Formats: sequence, C-alpha cells, structure tokens
Amino acid sequence: MNADVVLAAKDGCRRSLARTLSALENNTLDIVNALSIIGEINSDNSNDSSWRIMAITGAPGVGKSCFVDKIISQWASQGKKIALLAVDPSSSRTGGALLGDRVRLSVVDDRMLKDMVYVRSIATRKSSSSVPVVISDMAKLLLALGWNKVLVETVGAGQSEVRCAAIADRIVVVEGPARGDGIQAEKAGLLELADAVIVNKSDMVGARKHADEIKESFELGDGKSPPVLLTSALTGDGCQYASDVLLNLQSTGRSSKARWRERLLAGLEQKLLQNAQLESVLSSLASGSIDIDEALNKLNN
Amino acid sequence: MGAMIRVVVAKPGLDGHDRGAKVVARALRDAGHEVIYTGLRRTASQIVETVRDEDASFLGLSSLSGAHSHLFPKVCEELRQAGLNDVVVFGGGIIPSTDRQALYTCGIKAIFGPGTSTSEILRFIEVATEMDGVGVGESNDWYWQGD
Repeated sequence: MNADVVLAAKDGCRRSLARTLSALENNTLDIVNALSIIGEINSDNSNDSSWRIMAITGAPGVGKSCFVDKIISQWASQGKKIALLAVDPSSSRTGGALLGDRVRLSVVDDRMLKDMVYVRSIATRKSSSSVPVVISDMAKLLLALGWNKVLVETVGAGQSEVRCAAIADRIVVVEGPARGDGIQAEKAGLLELADAVIVNKSDMVGARKHADEIKESFELGDGKSPPVLLTSALTGDGCQYASDVLLNLQSTGRSSKARWRERLLAGLEQKLLQNAQLESVLSSLASGSIDIDEALNKLNN
Repeated sequence: MGAMIRVVVAKPGLDGHDRGAKVVARALRDAGHEVIYTGLRRTASQIVETVRDEDASFLGLSSLSGAHSHLFPKVCEELRQAGLNDVVVFGGGIIPSTDRQALYTCGIKAIFGPGTSTSEILRFIEVATEMDGVGVGESNDWYWQGD
C-alpha cells in the first residue's frame, strides 16, 4: 500500500480514505503503519468521560439503520463529523455479500450534511461474529483522520451476540415492540452489556410495555441502570432526545471483565484468521489426516 | 485475504422498477462478490459519491424508464470529474439497440437487456477485471459484445 494514498486521505480526499480502509480490510496495510504515516498516536480511546466508538446492535428488522440515520443527522447538524461502518453478513458458502444499509440512509443525500458524514458498508467476510475484528482498526484510522465519532452498526444480532463489546466504547441495543414478555428481558446476554437501550417503533402497539419490562429488569440488578428510551425512527418521535442522551452517554461500568473477555477472544480469532498455515490446516482437517487437537497444536506453533 | 470485487448496483433517476437490479445484485453476491445496493431514485452525484466512499471497482446502472441516454452519460461524466477513472461501468434495463453505441462511446462497457443470463454478467466482470484501461476515464475503448 502506497503511503501517498494514506497522506491524501489525511488531506481529506474521500476516495483515498475509502482505499485506505480497503487496504486495512484486505490486510495489505497494517494499522500501526497507517497511523505512523498519519502521525497520530495510537491512543486507547476507551476512557470513561467521552466515547469515540459506539456499537449499535440488536435483532434484524428492529430499525437499527433507520434509527442510526436519525441520530447521525442530529449529530452532523451540530457540527460533529460522523463515520458509520455498517456491517452486513457475508455468505459462508460463497463469500459474497449484499450490503443494503445505504438504502435506509437519507443523511448521505443531505447536501448540507453529507461532507460531515462518511458511510462505509462492510461485509463480515471470514469473521464468525456480528462485527469483524478489522472494524476496530478501521475505526482507529477514521478517528486519527479527524472523524469525531465512529458508529458501528452490527449485523442483526441474536441474544448472545456480544462480540461488539470487543470494538466499542459504548454499546447501544436497539429493540422493537412486542419482542417477548418480561422473561426475555431477564435472560442473560446482550442486554447485560448495554450502555443504553432504544426501544424503537414506539408508534406501534407494545413498545411502551416492552420498554417498561426492560427497565424493570435492569432495576432488579446491581449497579447503574442504563437509560431505556422510546423512539420512532419512522415518525421521528423521541429521536432528538435519544441522540442527545447517546452523544453524552456514560459507560454503565457493568461487565467490564466481560468486555475484556470479548476483546481477548476477538484478538485471538484475528490471529487465527491471519495465520499463514490456516488454509493448509483446514484442508488437512477436511481430508481427515489430522484431528482437531493436532490442528490446534500446529496453529499454536 | 485477497481483495474482494466490490460492485455498486444503482438505480438512477425516477424509476421504480428494481427487480432487474435485485436479480443482478443477487447473482453477483452468489458469485462471491460484495454488492452495495443504493436503493431507488438516486441522482448521478449520489451514485458517484457512493462508488467513491465504498471503494467499488464496478458500477452497475439499471434503468427501465427510458432516461438512460441522459442519465448514464451523466453518471460517467461525474465519475471522471471525481477522478474515479478506473471504475468499470455497465448498464442494464430497457435500452434499445439504436441507443447503445452512444452509451459505449461515453464509457459504458457492457449493456445487458432483458433475457441476459446472469452468468453472462458474471463473465463480463471476470473478463473486465483481467483487462487494463477499461475504466470509465481510461483509454481502452473495448466493450463487451456478448460471449
């Protein structure tokens, strides 16, 4: 990867920015090199006073993209430069992906705001989770290039999909109405790690009840409860308030060990996927010439 | 991990017919490419900005409204103005044969009408990827003339 492209990205060339991100994604550029070219220090962004990377996660179809569109236009019109990394799944069979989050984003069409917003669609590729680990490097690059906040919209995620904790300072879980009774809110998983919960589609029946159930569930637990907010990305109800709350969102400080566990797992997975022997070990496994223990030994060396 | 081929599939102008675009997007996905779909009713500038920000190497334009002779050249011109000279542009939809030569001249590298097999589109992507200088602002005046 040519250093000139990275420098052009630093000068504000959007195409060079896109190319630099591709190079990170394709593993032809190392984030440490990129940051040294830019001349920014690779600092730890996860201090508690202000966040820089926020994950927006939740089940498919609850309105993550539409909600993200609303909060980005609020923040951009307040003068914040916002980058959105929108993740959609790759086919595990063919490796291809249909990245459709842009269909829901109207903020990029706003002539007044579009220079304040950068949107990049990302496929999960070989990653096993709802956010590929390389997102973390892409976010670091964007921050070093002067983008104020990076939002990561995950693949529509299930109850136990908590890998986004590995890459984000803050986690926002988007829920919809009528997504099960109070017992669903009691179950372990994603909600335990949330710094805020958005119950979207408040224009539909059951949203308020679901929000109350989640609040109740949080009140049973220890420590600081995350805010639970009702919004309708369709009508815009509650979106301005939600965007103000999220912009200054504090970490609940819960589950910090669980977050570090996710970071560790994500780091290990990235190492495994980058291992030069991975393909040959996979072939040996598939042909039956080695078993899984031997494979792990080989990859550990 | 090698570079994936990233393709933007776009619907320029006032045209609500997206079945064709979706079929092409699906075929490209199933062939292992990453497809960014823009949704309906995009302007030329919106499409060019999407190609730029998504670092796509191909752009597929679909039009069934009859406005292709206005919209396709406009998109090609704006791509060149934005310095996206190496992007390969192809088109599809209802495009009469009498309109096609002018579109090839403005930089469209393939036109796929009704009845085209998706495998032909995939072969075009394969062939164009191997060729040099076939981007919208580059000198090679080759265009796809079928198998």
